[in-house]
Amino acid sequence: MAINWQAFWLTLQLAVIVSTALFVIGLPIAYWVAFSRARWKFIVEAIVALPIVLPPTVLGFYVLVALGPRSPLGRWWIALTGHTLAFTFWGLVIGSILYSLPFAVQPFAASFAAVDRKLILASATLGASSLRTFFRVIAPLSIPGLITGAALSFAHTMGEFGVVLMVGGNIPGVTRTVSIDIYDRVQASDYSGANATALLLLGICFVLLALVYGTNRRAWAVKPVE
Amino acid sequence: MKAAMSETGWKQTAGAVQASEVAEERSSSATPEAAEGNRLVASVHKQLGEFVLDVEFEAAPGFTIFFGPSGAGKTTLLDCVAGLIQPDEGRVQVGQRMFYDRSSQAHVPVAKRGVGYVFQTLALFPHLTVEQNVGYGLAHFPQRERARRIGSILRAFHIEHLRSRPARKISGGESQRVALARTLVTDPAVLLLDEPLSALDAPTKSKIIADLREWNRTHRIPILYVTHSREEVFALGERVIVLDRGRVLAEGTPHQVMTAPLQETVAHLAGFENIFDATVESVHPEQGSMRCRIADAVFLETPLMRAEIGSSLRIGVRAGDILLATSLPQGLSARNIISGRMRSLEQHDVIVSCLVQCCGEDHREPRRDTLEMEVHLTLAARDSLQLAPGSQVWLVIKTHSCHVMRE
Repeated sequence: MAINWQAFWLTLQLAVIVSTALFVIGLPIAYWVAFSRARWKFIVEAIVALPIVLPPTVLGFYVLVALGPRSPLGRWWIALTGHTLAFTFWGLVIGSILYSLPFAVQPFAASFAAVDRKLILASATLGASSLRTFFRVIAPLSIPGLITGAALSFAHTMGEFGVVLMVGGNIPGVTRTVSIDIYDRVQASDYSGANATALLLLGICFVLLALVYGTNRRAWAVKPVE
Repeated sequence: MKAAMSETGWKQTAGAVQASEVAEERSSSATPEAAEGNRLVASVHKQLGEFVLDVEFEAAPGFTIFFGPSGAGKTTLLDCVAGLIQPDEGRVQVGQRMFYDRSSQAHVPVAKRGVGYVFQTLALFPHLTVEQNVGYGLAHFPQRERARRIGSILRAFHIEHLRSRPARKISGGESQRVALARTLVTDPAVLLLDEPLSALDAPTKSKIIADLREWNRTHRIPILYVTHSREEVFALGERVIVLDRGRVLAEGTPHQVMTAPLQETVAHLAGFENIFDATVESVHPEQGSMRCRIADAVFLETPLMRAEIGSSLRIGVRAGDILLATSLPQGLSARNIISGRMRSLEQHDVIVSCLVQCCGEDHREPRRDTLEMEVHLTLAARDSLQLAPGSQVWLVIKTHSCHVMRE
């Protein structure tokens, strides 16, 4: 009943990189979703939410095609590095970022939109730029949402299966993540090994979510002054 | 202050003698101050759905009060001056600085206007301390200068002891002071106050107002103060502009506008419980008065107004300005004594609101359809006079308590 620590380490790396990247990419997208008055905003919102409803195989398939040598992106990458992105760790990162996007953007946007508008206006009348208002007022008051978004995207990446399989395949040390390792073991009738790994993943995800909900309950999940 | 009145300003009438005296007094004391500091000149047209704001005004340094019911457009007007809302038409200018001008496409963004705005909700940053709140608008100053300015404004508004307290953990009155300090420390070109003190008790309110006046003695900026409270208008006692449904109804001193309003809408806003249709019976220019009929055999002597005999007017009388007597009073200076019968008494808090059916001069028993007047009494007055429905009473109304309005 051995746990595949290599797969664990790889999955952890993937989750850290993806949730960090989503934090950076997600903030401006969430800001735009929360505050833009563009009429076609709903289209962007729908696109961001797509991965929630789309089967991972569908998303994975299109990511695979986009990364492959027939697509402009794939060709550009091959010209740059000499090899294709498909079935590599970085290909996996790109697929995972797309797949976990709504899990970061939606909590971010919801918490930005919940910040009392008057605070944002007050900041502007006090001479602050939009950027300063974001970092001094909006972001600090959205900490619970930011933690939720980061944790959800982290946990979601830890446990993903379909997209990984489509984009990364099953290369030990490169693209074999924990969930694929579990699947492999079940295929090979190694139920106790599958159980140990699954239990560990279950524990990690539970502890993470419990931490998120526990943290968000704390007093500094501030509300605007009445 | 008088110079600050715009063309649409309120014109004096012969009846408002007291009012004009007050205005003279005020203008003579305010003129030297008004000479310094920048004026705000604004004409704003903005359509928001069904609502249209169409306002033109000038504000000299010092308080200009915007009074009106909720929905009158007071906050929208402030938002236009601050730049939070862009008007459809018009111009907003402070001194030589043009904030907005439709004709030249000028639109200075909010953050660059240097307009101080204290919202009704105050909008203190709850996650920051009082000191961080107050220093928020001073980011462009070096550390030492910032600390100096914060220190001096905290002292001026008596909130130094709150310095390191989180903004969400201070009381209502303290929050108001912090919000004012946070805005004033930035040396704004104009100060906009949107009912900032409405939640406070009178003593706290007047202390804060005193601090604000003291501050403005040295800074001399226009302060636009929005309120829907009559008490606040009189307490501030400066130039008032009455807004209703997006338009300026009247402007002048509180005395002119609120106690002798020319328009009935203003009268309602200013709280005239009794408003009557009247016909001019006779005019006495030598006495500065005229006699108007408000019902069958019920007459009121009112201040003189340029009006033809037989013309129709409206007369407003505050319920609190009417005296009640249980026997026919004699030897009074008041010119209007009307007999009547108490119809109902209702207690509202510490005031008793009575409805009296008027009999008129022929002292006949009132008919069902005759005129009723609302009179406000104290609880003690009701008890000592032993008033009850059906009591015979006499209403005593001074000539100058009758406010004549054009229809």
